[in-house]
Amino acid sequence: MNDSPEIEPILDQMAAQLRPLLAEDAAMVGIYTGGVWVAQALHQRLGLETELGQVDISFYRDDFTRIGLHPEVRASHIPFDVDNRVIILVDDVLHTGRTIRAALNEIFDYGRPARIVLAVLVDRDGRELPIQADVVGLHRRLAAGAQIKLTGPAPLQLVTRGATEHKA
Amino acid sequence: MSPAFPRLGGGNPQLRPDGRLGHLLSIEGLPERILLEILNTAESFLQIGERAVKKTPTLRGKTVVNLFFESSTRTRTTFELAAKRLSADVLNINVATSSHNKGESLLDTIDNLMAMHVDGFVMRHSEAGAAHLVARHVDQDAWVVNAGDGRHAHPTQGLLDVFTILRHKGPVDQLKVAIVGDILHSRVARSQIHALSILGCPDIRVVAPKTLLPAAVEHLGVRVFHDLDEGLEGVDVVTMLRLQQERMEANLLPSSNEYFRQYGLTDKRLERADPDAIVLHPGPMNRGVEIDSVVADGPRAVILPQVTHGLAIRMAVLTSLAGARDRDLHRDHG
Repeated sequence: MNDSPEIEPILDQMAAQLRPLLAEDAAMVGIYTGGVWVAQALHQRLGLETELGQVDISFYRDDFTRIGLHPEVRASHIPFDVDNRVIILVDDVLHTGRTIRAALNEIFDYGRPARIVLAVLVDRDGRELPIQADVVGLHRRLAAGAQIKLTGPAPLQLVTRGATEHKA
Repeated sequence: MSPAFPRLGGGNPQLRPDGRLGHLLSIEGLPERILLEILNTAESFLQIGERAVKKTPTLRGKTVVNLFFESSTRTRTTFELAAKRLSADVLNINVATSSHNKGESLLDTIDNLMAMHVDGFVMRHSEAGAAHLVARHVDQDAWVVNAGDGRHAHPTQGLLDVFTILRHKGPVDQLKVAIVGDILHSRVARSQIHALSILGCPDIRVVAPKTLLPAAVEHLGVRVFHDLDEGLEGVDVVTMLRLQQERMEANLLPSSNEYFRQYGLTDKRLERADPDAIVLHPGPMNRGVEIDSVVADGPRAVILPQVTHGLAIRMAVLTSLAGARDRDLHRDHG
């Protein structure tokens, strides 16, 4: 089902929430693949000078030996010093929390940030770990088994599949 | 212990029924998609060596045994470091200190290690087919990497060679590649030829004296040259092979001086190749026998990058093998 809300105003609103952090010399990291698309949009809106970082959490997944490696793993690339820096970590959908946990582990293998702020386009239910976002584009409550996925890179659209969606 | 054969797919004992890599025993017969998957994954692992923490948790809790029946410093240490960077526990068993001196058979050793719940074996042996034998013997969930068996295969070397070529020269489907030296005894040459062929390299040449060429080598899809100058004409990549002194003792060659005069790679000889040609060598090098130091230490040599790439390739292979189990589970992570 493709009943995507307008993404652009949501991104504007997220950028506005993130702007106060820029005084802290914040840098941004997106999670492959959808998170990088959202991060690119936010990075542009905020006019960040520090190059955007990107992480592929494939090697950090807690279910790697059960489900294996994606055939097209991308190289993670964080082109700035992570130590003592505020990092804005961006993903498209926050669901179980396991992707964020893996991304946090990976970022800490680059150094020790001063703080990590989590920004997600969609915060949906179904959390399995105590992780929550600081900046959220929109909230969704979805029935068990339903999926919400960001397609892109242009245009960005949210596609919901499976059971009926309930707006929070 | 369950025999391995029934779970392996079709004619290739390395592939699982779902088409994933079950063991890495030889490049020969592997589908291109598996080579590309390993090469692509290695690209991602390259940058891990540049981080503050040079480790991923990918193989945390897994145990890998380096079982080396032939001495090898470089290959064993890169496999060891690769497994450790993936957070695996590593056992190094060298034959000189093992129970083989007391008469224990290879398969008894494997049985004992399986009883310790080892997950994977990296094995080097002087006999061709030794890794295949072990792959047929191990438990269903265990995997085997051939780190060199006799004259037969050295698949991770073949992969790291093409990875180095791809990174320095781009896609191989436009390249001319010359492999020079002891083709007859070289598992490195065989593995590189298979890897280049699978990836579509149109011009693979072998350059060697007749005594160091296998019979019917043309069947591998290569062109044969006995003259080094002719073989190097216009090539983009030169792979020099290590010449072992016992070849002289076996009267396959007159002397190392004579060999260097005819087949040694010098700066002058390299002028025959493309001006941007790169030079590979699997190491360790015999300077002044198969390669001149000026070339080995020169700007076209990519011999040290080969070592760096070898680590990334071995990480990628171990990851592919460990991650190929129970693939039918749902992928969603969130």
